[in-house]
This record gives sequence, structure tokens and C-alpha cells, in this order.
Amino acid sequence: MAQIKNTNNVKINSDFKFEYAPAPEATDMVKIKKQNKLFINGKWVSGKNNQFFDSINPATGEKLAEITEASPDDVDRAVKAARKAYTGQWSQFSGKERSRYLFRIARIIQERSRELAVLETMDNGKPIKESRDFDVPLVAAHFFYYAGWADKLDYLFNGKSVRSLGVAGQIIPWNFPLLMASWKIAPALAAGNCVVLKPAETTSLSALLLAEIIEESGLPPGVVNIITGAGATGAALVNHPDVNKIAFTGSTEVGKIIARSTVASQKKLTLELGGKSAHIVYEDAAIEQAVEAVVNGIYFNQGHVCCAGSRLLVEESIAKVFVHKLKRRMRSLRVGDPMDKNTDIGAINSKNELDKIKKLIAQAQIEGNEYFEPELTSIPEKGYYIKPCFFNNVASSANICRREVFGPVLAIQTFRTPAEAISKANDTPYGLAAGIWSEKGAKIHKTAQALKAGVIWANTYNKFDPASPFGGYNESGWGREGGRHGLLPYVEVK
Amino acid sequence: MPNGITIQKHGGVSFPILTEPIDEVMVIERATSFTKRSIKKQSKLDALYKCIEMIDLTTLEGADTVGKVKQLCTKARFPVTSEFAEELARYKNFQPIPSVAAVCVYPSMVATAREALKGTKIRVASVATAFPAGQVPLKTRLKDVKDAVSAGADEIDMVINRGAFLAGDFQTVYDEIIQVKEVCGSAHLKVILETGELATFDNVRLASEIAMEAGGDFIKTSTGKVAPAATMPVTLVMLQAILDFYDRTGKIIGMKPAGGIRNAKQAVHYLCMVNEVMGSMWLTPELFRFGASSLLNDILKQIYKQFTGRYAYDKSFSLD
Amino acid sequence: MAGLNDSNLQIAKTIKLYINGAFPRTESGRSFPLHKFNSKKIYANLCRASRKDLRNAVAAAKSAQSGWCNRSAYNRAQILYRMAEMTEGKRNEFVETFVQTLGYSPERANLEVDRAIDALVYYAGFADKYQQLIGAVNPVSGPHHNFTTPEPVGVVGLLCREEFDFSHMIAQIAAITCPGNSLVILLAEEGAAVLAPLAEVFATSDLPDGVINLLSGFTSELYEHMAGHMELDSICFDGKNEKIRARIKEEAIHNLKRAIVKPQPDFTLEHILAFVEYKTVWHPIGF
Repeated sequence: MAQIKNTNNVKINSDFKFEYAPAPEATDMVKIKKQNKLFINGKWVSGKNNQFFDSINPATGEKLAEITEASPDDVDRAVKAARKAYTGQWSQFSGKERSRYLFRIARIIQERSRELAVLETMDNGKPIKESRDFDVPLVAAHFFYYAGWADKLDYLFNGKSVRSLGVAGQIIPWNFPLLMASWKIAPALAAGNCVVLKPAETTSLSALLLAEIIEESGLPPGVVNIITGAGATGAALVNHPDVNKIAFTGSTEVGKIIARSTVASQKKLTLELGGKSAHIVYEDAAIEQAVEAVVNGIYFNQGHVCCAGSRLLVEESIAKVFVHKLKRRMRSLRVGDPMDKNTDIGAINSKNELDKIKKLIAQAQIEGNEYFEPELTSIPEKGYYIKPCFFNNVASSANICRREVFGPVLAIQTFRTPAEAISKANDTPYGLAAGIWSEKGAKIHKTAQALKAGVIWANTYNKFDPASPFGGYNESGWGREGGRHGLLPYVEVK
Repeated sequence: MPNGITIQKHGGVSFPILTEPIDEVMVIERATSFTKRSIKKQSKLDALYKCIEMIDLTTLEGADTVGKVKQLCTKARFPVTSEFAEELARYKNFQPIPSVAAVCVYPSMVATAREALKGTKIRVASVATAFPAGQVPLKTRLKDVKDAVSAGADEIDMVINRGAFLAGDFQTVYDEIIQVKEVCGSAHLKVILETGELATFDNVRLASEIAMEAGGDFIKTSTGKVAPAATMPVTLVMLQAILDFYDRTGKIIGMKPAGGIRNAKQAVHYLCMVNEVMGSMWLTPELFRFGASSLLNDILKQIYKQFTGRYAYDKSFSLD
Repeated sequence: MAGLNDSNLQIAKTIKLYINGAFPRTESGRSFPLHKFNSKKIYANLCRASRKDLRNAVAAAKSAQSGWCNRSAYNRAQILYRMAEMTEGKRNEFVETFVQTLGYSPERANLEVDRAIDALVYYAGFADKYQQLIGAVNPVSGPHHNFTTPEPVGVVGLLCREEFDFSHMIAQIAAITCPGNSLVILLAEEGAAVLAPLAEVFATSDLPDGVINLLSGFTSELYEHMAGHMELDSICFDGKNEKIRARIKEEAIHNLKRAIVKPQPDFTLEHILAFVEYKTVWHPIGF
């Protein structure tokens, strides 16, 4: 029998172990096709080259399905379909008509939410509780939000009328596959554009299910085309001469490549890229809740979040207590089967990403940074998993403090004054997000003002809403998504 | 919340009350996360059994009679009828239903409960200090406690002086708890904060610190007579105060949410919270209690369902 | 004394650079002559700014930027308005410069000055209003106060159009500085003589040192370095040369600085918005 040591002589002999039995979400309502086609011009079509690649369930490492690798010819077909739909129909529709379609899509997403959530978790590896309670509800909310904008564009820009751009090529990442698809498609359609969307190659399935939903909604053929493939397919889309607008979410590295390839064109470009966002905790913070926010900030979605609070800046006077509480909190995180409803941290999306994260951790260990991972937390043997971890007392120059890991790895530094906190927070080429914890209002506002980041979470972290603009300063990208500002990249002021 | 609160101990030594600001929105968010836990199969059964062991089966009505309290004590000893127990005993792995932790009554009923529970491990708890308002002179409140203790109460559930607290007179709140504790003697003291009247989480946290510093063995959310009574977020704030106090002093303090926990699902969510915030070693009646009355029957229903696969009806259980 | 009025004996002006509120010569010791319009006569010698001058100007702009954007919007408005007043005060010098070096008629030259003054006044009035037009309080689902405010993008490099367009340039300067950006400007060669009166306007308008820095030199020599400079947050060139535009866009990618190569209309909100970033702040609502 275990005893809890104490100084007030309370006799506690408790050997009760509250283990949570596996609580797997049922997967039977999801039907995955063995081979998946492309969605072009409202039809399911085979790729011209008939080439496929595998989509893997990262929780098990097993193959889920084969996905078509769209060739440049397929991309061309999709762009042509979008152009035809744009000139022939979509741009002629009234705002009200466009609005109705978007509302309808939103409603079907809600109705098929369980299926979407389960499929998303199977293909991506994120915990079912997140796909169920975060991703899918937000996807529906995004379509609802922008649906309402479609017939109110006259109010968008201070009394000036706006016009749509034409065909938008959209390339999205694997960390929030469905959510990113909604961030791209909903504002584009609301503003009157047509879309060719390419999901990331490791997470195509939920985008294809979204295509089914779009088909079910009766949206005219060609308004949304979904093509699958890897980098080459994306490049063909970016370089297609009849695309008016490129919207990309992904790494800064690829963002720069895309920017380079559009240099000589008139294409409008928005980029949502990487980050190394700082989470500042002042000594007057609500400590327990700050710990919670830090955990949520870096371990949410396995740390595969562009705005993850991957650097913790904690005031020196509370650093010891804070790290102690952070460790305690991390020990209660449940890592494992993403389909289990009690899993907090699921699987890393791919072997490739897992190797990358492990390499960065190993390198940071070699460089002598103070490492912590919850000692007793176990991870499944099969599949791609890693324990949440942090490096304490990291130097500003350390690689782990500068490079985006895109995994559940936190770098901790201390500071002594607000000015030092701000300058450390801003000491990065990125500028996507930042967190501030303090119970002093004036301090929050002054810090928020001084931080060079597009999203500031004060006394909270990782909050998203369709009404709230999102996007970064500096090398975190160009433009905003979400809210009224998220429509601006999809229109021109007349 | 005022800064730099200090309290004078008996004899004149001052010490600071260490407290912490609480962010309401994030506390609610975290507390809500435990309600998303999915507890199934054996772990659900384990949790339900554990819940029963941690119940302070309570009746605190003006209409309480000797007869009613006796009935409640029987229920505390034998939560289920023998018929029910026999039916379930046919199922594999069935374990006898445990008795509850304590019976909680008004001071006038302590003797009755003591008698009815003779020879059992079930403890007699009594709400003293002019429960629930506590709005009588301290002398009278102390007498109330003394009477309950001498009638055989093992545990005293006192209310803090919310008037003094809200007026910023923390010294009085502290002093009164100290005095009640003295009168308690060897009886365990649970300090009811009446969180529904403290209004903010900052206040709950501060009141928890004062109650622990003053020697409360347990801190308890509510009398059950004020809405809102126990909530998950309020309990979370108090649990974290207990954990910090333990880190700081090595002293271990118990937690009792009371009022408003009516069904098994809620109770299991509380268990998840204690489990994840404090660790499963804290899931023991020495450290965690539910103040509840109708909760027990709902837990029994769920146990019935777990074994038989059928939903039970109310008639399977005695009302009290 | 009569001899000094003889044009052959007049002292040719040497127009210096304007960096950090001072008037340095180029560190390179190079200059180039600017001729009078349709004439072989030298109007003035101008500094041919080097990469190092550019670097110094960027450093000055960088250190001035936070102070400038932390001024109250009202104060920035006052200073922009003061610039309009000082431009009016130097009207004759501007007119003379345009007539002499660009061959403008006095009427056209005056019109240019009028329009420039209009632009300064227009954007002076915008400094404390554009936030209200493009900022937002966002109705998020949940107990959070959520608002979006525009902020200056930071330090902006402005390459002027090849064909000198004074009033457009002033509109650009006003639109860019109005929200709190600082600026490094490389003047178009043909109109570079304007540096002298313009720098004097900036130097006497209570504008903090370093907020606007003026360089004269060769666009062809400096534009790539400007576009590639990692401390610049934005680069603007709205001239006609497609090749320069594309190169600027390309060089800008090194730090993903915002490359503004599409002409922004004068006297519009859009012009300001090309040089702002949107910051969204979340804060819980609770006791």
C-alpha cells in the first residue's frame, strides 16, 4: 500500500489506481475507398497518369487507402473547370445564391460531423476529442460565418465596392486538414471566387470527404475542385497561368519557394507560414491557469500547430515553481491511440515528421540543454508517437529556441523585466502569435502592443474563431484569414 | 482581492496568507475538460464503488426526524437491499457494495446517528456553527460544535464567517476557525467556504488558504443551501490550493464538494479531476468526500446497469 | 559684385543626403551632376548614395520607428500637417526646382505643390481615423474579448518611380508615415534635386530624426540591395519597369518583407492599408 507522506499525521493507505479503460471511438461509420479519385468539375475522375500514393494511419503505421497523384494535366483540367464555373456561373450568381450554398455545406458538415471527426483522426493522428470538439465544429462554423458574408460584400470595405479575383489555387497543410480546407474554401467562395484545393499528401482523405459533402450540397460543378498529390502537384497549381490567386498554409521554406515562383506573375498571394511563438508568463499571472495555457499552447495537436507557444518565457522569480507545476501537469497527459476518447496527445502525422522531431530533440540534448519528459508516460510501440517534452534554461542562441520543431517540444527561458521579455519574444524572424499571462491589465496591453505578432493571446492560448483574423508578421506570412479581414485577400477594391 | 494579507496567530506572530489569482475562464475550461473523459467498463465500476465509499450521506432538513435519520443510517450501512445484492451476486466479478464514508446530520440528530451506526466504520458528521448561515454569536456557534462533539460526532462541518470575509476581515475568519478547531478536539474539522456566496474564484482560493492555515482537516465547498453549490471549477480551484499547501507545508488536507452532485456521471467526472490533478492516491475517503443525498441511488443504478446490461428503475432502490 | 551674378561663376549647389535628421555627404565620396532641363548646365551636384549610406539610413529608420509609432496618432497628425505648412512655406523653392530641372511650367509646378500639400493634409487627418475604419471587435463564440487593430508594418523602403512624380511621392510618404512606419526613400534620379527643399521640410516639421530618410543615387545600383535588406519590413516600388518589380519581389522573399509593387491610389484608405499589419488580441472575460 502506498502512503502519501505528510507532516500532519494523516494516515492514508490507498492503493486505488484509477486506470481509464480503453474508450475507442467506433470507426464503422467511416467507409474509406481503397482507391481515391480526384474531384474535378463536380465529378470523380481518375488521374491521367493513373498514379497513386499511400495514405497511412499514423496511429498504427498501416495503409488506409491509395490516393491519386494528380499530374499537371489533371491540375490543368481542374483550373479549366474552375475558370469555366467562374465565368459561366459563379461570378454571375447573386450573393444570396452563393450564401445559400455555403449555409447548406455548413449544415451537412454538422450532420456528418462524427464521420468527419473519425476520418480526420484516422488519417491525421490527432486525438478524437480534438477532431470531435475542436476541428469539425470549427469547420462548420467557418462555413456558417462566411456564408453570411456572401450577400453583404457591399459592407466589406468602407463603402467601396469590391470584386472577386477569379480562380484561387489553395494549398493546405496536414496539421488541421479539414479546418484549413474550410479556412481556404469558405472565404474564397463567399467573395465569389472558384477554387482548386490541394490537401497535403499525408492527409487527403477528409478533404475528399468534404468534396463529397460539396457534391451533396449541389454546388455547381467546378466551383470547388479538390485534387490530391504532393509537392509537384502543388507546384503545377502554383505555376498555372490561369490562376489569379494563390493561398498557401505550410512551412516558411515552402512558402518562400511559392513566393519565388509567382514573382513574374500578377497572382495575388497569401501565406500562412511557420512560427516560434513566445508565451510570456509574468510573476503576477494566474499561475495554474498559465500552466494550463502553456500545456495547451505547445502540446495541443501534438505541437503540430503553426502558432504553437513553443517558447516559454517565464519571469525568473516564479520560474522554479512554474516548471515544477508544468512537470506535474505534463505527467497527467495521456499519450496514445488517437481514437481513444481519453487521449490528450495522439500520433505524429508521419514517420518523416517523427524522425525530424526526434533529430531536433537529440541535437538539443547533445548541445547540453536540460531535458524533461514525463517519466512514467508510456507510448504505443506501433505507430508514430513521441512523449511531450521541454528543454529548460535554453539560451536564446540555441537551435531549439530558434527553429520551428512542429512537435510537442517546448523551450523554456527566463526573464527579469517586461522589456527583456518583449525583446526575447520578438527575437525571431517569425511573428505569428504570442501569449501573455498577467493579472495586470495595463501590463497586458503594453506587452501586447510591443509584441510583433499577428495574434496575441492574453491570459489564454490557442483560441480560434471564424470571426477572428489570424495571420502573422514578418516571416510568418502575408495576409489574414478569418473575420472580415480574411475576405480582403479574396477581393479587389473597385 | 487585497494584496499582502497577513494574519496574526495567537500570541501575536504575524504570517502572510499566500494566495494566487485565478483566471475564471481558464479554470472553467480545464474543469470542463474532465467532463469529456470517457470512463467505461471495469474502470467505471471501480470508480462507482469508490464513489460510494466517499459519500457523506446527508440529510439536513428542518423536517428531519429521528425516524428519518435512522432510515438514512440503515441506507448508509446497507446501500442496497438484500434482494438486489443477491441478484447481482450471480454475475461474475461482483463485489459487495461498500458502505458510505459518513452520515451527515444536524447536531440534534448526532446521538441518533451515533446509536444507529454503532459497530460500523461509518463516521458521524455534523454540521455545526449555526449551519447554514452561521449568523449567531461565536459563543453560540462554539457551543453548537461542543454539543455535537459530545453527542458523538466524529467530524464537524463548520461554516466560515462569510460576512467577515466579504468585509475584508480575514483575521476574524481565521480566528473563528481556530476556535472551532479547538472545540472539536479529536473530531475532524471540515471548513465550509460556501463558495456560492464568495462569488469569485479569487475569493475561493483565498478562503481555502485561510481555512487550511487555521487547521481545517478538510475544506468543503458548500452548505447545499445556497446556489450555486459545488461545481467542478470551484472544486478545481480548491484542489489546487490543497496541492500548493501540501507542496509548501507537507500537510495534507481533504476536499469535499457538497450539493448539486446528483448523478453518477457527475461523480465520476469529479473522480477524474481528482485523479488527474492530485493523483489516484488522493481518491480515498480520508481525503475526498462527496456531500450528497440522491447521488447514492444513481450510482447504484449505474452499477446495476454495468452488471446486468439493463437500466434499473427507481423501485429497485429504497428511497432512503 | 556684378561678377557673381554671372552664371558661370555661380556656386553649383551640392545637395547632400538626409539621414537621421542630419545632412551627411555620401560616405562613398561620389556624386553625380543634375543638369538643368534640356541643358548641359549643371543645376546641382547630388550625392550618389552607396550601399553603406543605404545601410545607415535603414539603421536610422529602424531605431526611429518604434518611437514614431508610439507617438499618439494625434501627434503624428500634427506633424504631417506641419509638413504641409512647411511645404507651403517652401513653395517657391519647390517650384523653382521643378521649373529648372524638370522643365515644368510655373503653373504645373505650383499644381504639383498644391497636390502634395493636399496629400499631406489628407493623410494628416487620417492618422487617427484609419484604425476605426479597418479595426474590428470580433464576436467570437466564447467568453473572450477579441479585437483587431492595424499596426504599422515597420520600416519601409520606398523606391520612387523612374518618372518623377512629386505629388504621388508625397502621397506615398504621407500614407506610409501616417500609421507610424519609418521610411528610407531613394529618389528618382531625374527629380532628385527636390531632396534639398524636401529634407528641409522634414527637418523643420518636428518630425523625429530618422523617421524619413532621403537618398539620392542610382536606382539601378541600389534597388536590389534595398529589396534584399533584411531589416526592412516592406519595400515599395510602383514604377513601370517590370524587370525591377519582379526582382524586387524576388529579393523581398529573403525575409518575406511585404513587396508593394502595385500602384496605390492617392487619397485613399487603401494606400495606408498597404503598409499595415493586423494584430488580433484575445482576452478572457471573467471575474
